[in-house]
Amino acid sequence: MQRTVFPHKVLPWLLLAPQLAVTLIFFYWPAGQAFRQSTLREDPFGLSSTFVGLANFRRVLSDPSYLNALQVTVVFSLFVAFLPMVIALFLAVQAEKIVRGRGVYRTLMIWPYAVATAIAGMLWLFMFNPSFGTLAWPLRQMGINWNPLLNSSHAMILVVAAATWKQISYNFLFFVAGLQAIPRSLLEAAAIDGASRRHAFWTIVFPLLAPTTFFLLVVNTVYALFDTFGIIHAVTGGGPGKATETLVYKVYNDGFVNLNMGDSAAQSVILMVIVIALTAFQFRYIERRVHYG
Amino acid sequence: MARILLNDVRKTYDRQEVIHGITMDIADGEFVVIVGPSGCGKSTLLRMVAGLEGISSGTIEIGGKVVNALEPRDRNIAMVFQNYALYPHMTVRENMVYGLKIAKLPRAEIDQRLARAAKMLELEPYLDRKPRALSGGQRQRVAMGRALVREPAAFLLDEPLSNLDAKLRLQMRLQIKDMHLRTGQTTLYVTHDQVEAMTLADRLIVMNSGIADQIGTPLEVYERPASEFVAGFIGSPAMNILTVSVGDGAAILPGGRRLSLPGLPAGGQFRLGLRPEDLRLAGATEGAIPVELRSLERLGADAFGYGVIEGTDVPMTVRLPGNSAAKRGDRLGVLPHESRLHLFSVETGRRFEPARGA
Ligand SMILES: Nc1ncnc2c1ncn2[C@@H]1O[C@H](COP(=O)(O)OP(=O)(O)OP(=O)(O)O)[C@@H](O)[C@H]1O
Ligand SMILES: [Mg+2]
Repeated sequence: MQRTVFPHKVLPWLLLAPQLAVTLIFFYWPAGQAFRQSTLREDPFGLSSTFVGLANFRRVLSDPSYLNALQVTVVFSLFVAFLPMVIALFLAVQAEKIVRGRGVYRTLMIWPYAVATAIAGMLWLFMFNPSFGTLAWPLRQMGINWNPLLNSSHAMILVVAAATWKQISYNFLFFVAGLQAIPRSLLEAAAIDGASRRHAFWTIVFPLLAPTTFFLLVVNTVYALFDTFGIIHAVTGGGPGKATETLVYKVYNDGFVNLNMGDSAAQSVILMVIVIALTAFQFRYIERRVHYG
Repeated sequence: MARILLNDVRKTYDRQEVIHGITMDIADGEFVVIVGPSGCGKSTLLRMVAGLEGISSGTIEIGGKVVNALEPRDRNIAMVFQNYALYPHMTVRENMVYGLKIAKLPRAEIDQRLARAAKMLELEPYLDRKPRALSGGQRQRVAMGRALVREPAAFLLDEPLSNLDAKLRLQMRLQIKDMHLRTGQTTLYVTHDQVEAMTLADRLIVMNSGIADQIGTPLEVYERPASEFVAGFIGSPAMNILTVSVGDGAAILPGGRRLSLPGLPAGGQFRLGLRPEDLRLAGATEGAIPVELRSLERLGADAFGYGVIEGTDVPMTVRLPGNSAAKRGDRLGVLPHESRLHLFSVETGRRFEPARGA
């Protein structure tokens, strides 16, 4: 690695300043505010606030609806972290096999990523609307009493599907790049060594994709925990009941709809801790098994 | 152990033919080297034998079985790639037994073969390392070992030594030769290095843009090159090749010098090949070719003088004794050995065979 040496100490900081400013203003300052808020309690009119220590945390953590949101989040995140990877990997492997029109196929696969989250949510909402959804009708014909507005499992399936669909493109892109980085000669060597395509995939391609898979696992986890807010907001609004209310959605709901700033701030602090812990865990325990070729 | 038969093998990419019909019978246990300049189709030919490229027309037989439609894994061959193609996430041991495990060999047999190959290639200390922790030469040996343990019907090697430095290349060349003597396996070896070609081969295929210009033992190829291309390609420094016009039992060289030679054709334009080592110094003898030295390369045992035929721009290389006093600017008179001349047709580039005793 080449080390660039600057002649004096000020220039590097000057060059870093814009990035540091953005990070400080838009990340650390709000995070600090959340910490401060989480120890305060506002009066019902929002005119004054008093310091209450950890009382907000205590109340949030013993609130059954918070525990429900935690459970919903675990289920939702597990699906949304892994499903896009599985599907995208399958599609990327198929894309490798295409000889003609590979570029077109890839481009089409990447398009959904350009769709805004809320729009993607609306799209799925319309397609699977029980009364006029284009795709709800065939489901009904198949004897499934499809109704995500009433059935909480259906609602969960729908938000998972929408969130997954949106994330497939991103995963696909990285898997395509990852597959291309594997030298052809390795697969040829495996073919000569007697490996079937399937065996070569599981013993050579998949292990060599591990860095990509790990990276996507981290990205997808953060995506599932935070960036799916728009989809949930558009598709179910957390309902029916609180069946699809994830942690981040509850933060929004308690803070900006119910205007309980103290509780909401405490929740976002907890969420922050969870994400930091999860990411640290992934790096500590999974990355070690990852082979960087 | 297998005989390999190539029968009018052709390869076409996008309607463009790159291998133009190669026919060869490779005996069981023979070491055949495919040699030729870059892009002539050596790798393509080897990969067709391996099953990594389709065969556009013709047939390939390995061990008495036509393999055109067989997958690489059903051909019972092993291959060493130029970049070694070691599985980077596996240890040396895992790399070497990968194929054996797929073949579901018994545990004891796998261990035994691994031990034997590791010993032969001196890989024992590295068995638990990943390829990235090995030097180039060690990686090369692992690649060889991975092929060796398979005990295949035939070995295919595509420029296995081209990434090594000169010393290691020599060492590995000897090791490959030794390995072939010990295992007696049919081997196809691709290289563009003529020293490897000459030293390793039982027989050579000299390829020239998709055509096998000559198939023969190294000595045959050296002594009686079948075409001007082969003549120029095999031998170092390269053979001197001049355009001469023939008439009255003499060849008229560039610069007007007449060279009386036996066995010349009746007349016409020809290309005359003279190896630098087949020229002897003749001073100012009648009929000697005058060469004006432009530079001199001393290799110790020999020296090579590079010059031009006096009064022309036709280059001429001459081998001189290592202690020769010749220097830049000198004029040398040289005479060819009459029995070591090579004549090629100007139009086809093929060798002209003088009628014996004429
Ligand atoms: N996939 C392909 N599509 C089209 N042409 C190809 C393809 N692969 C090889 N060729 C052409 O076939 C010819 C022979 O290629 P090949 O790789 O066999 O050469 P080579 O003799 O091994 O050369 P080198 O010594 O550089 O490895 C080249 O002209 C090359 O451009
Ligand atoms: Mg090649």
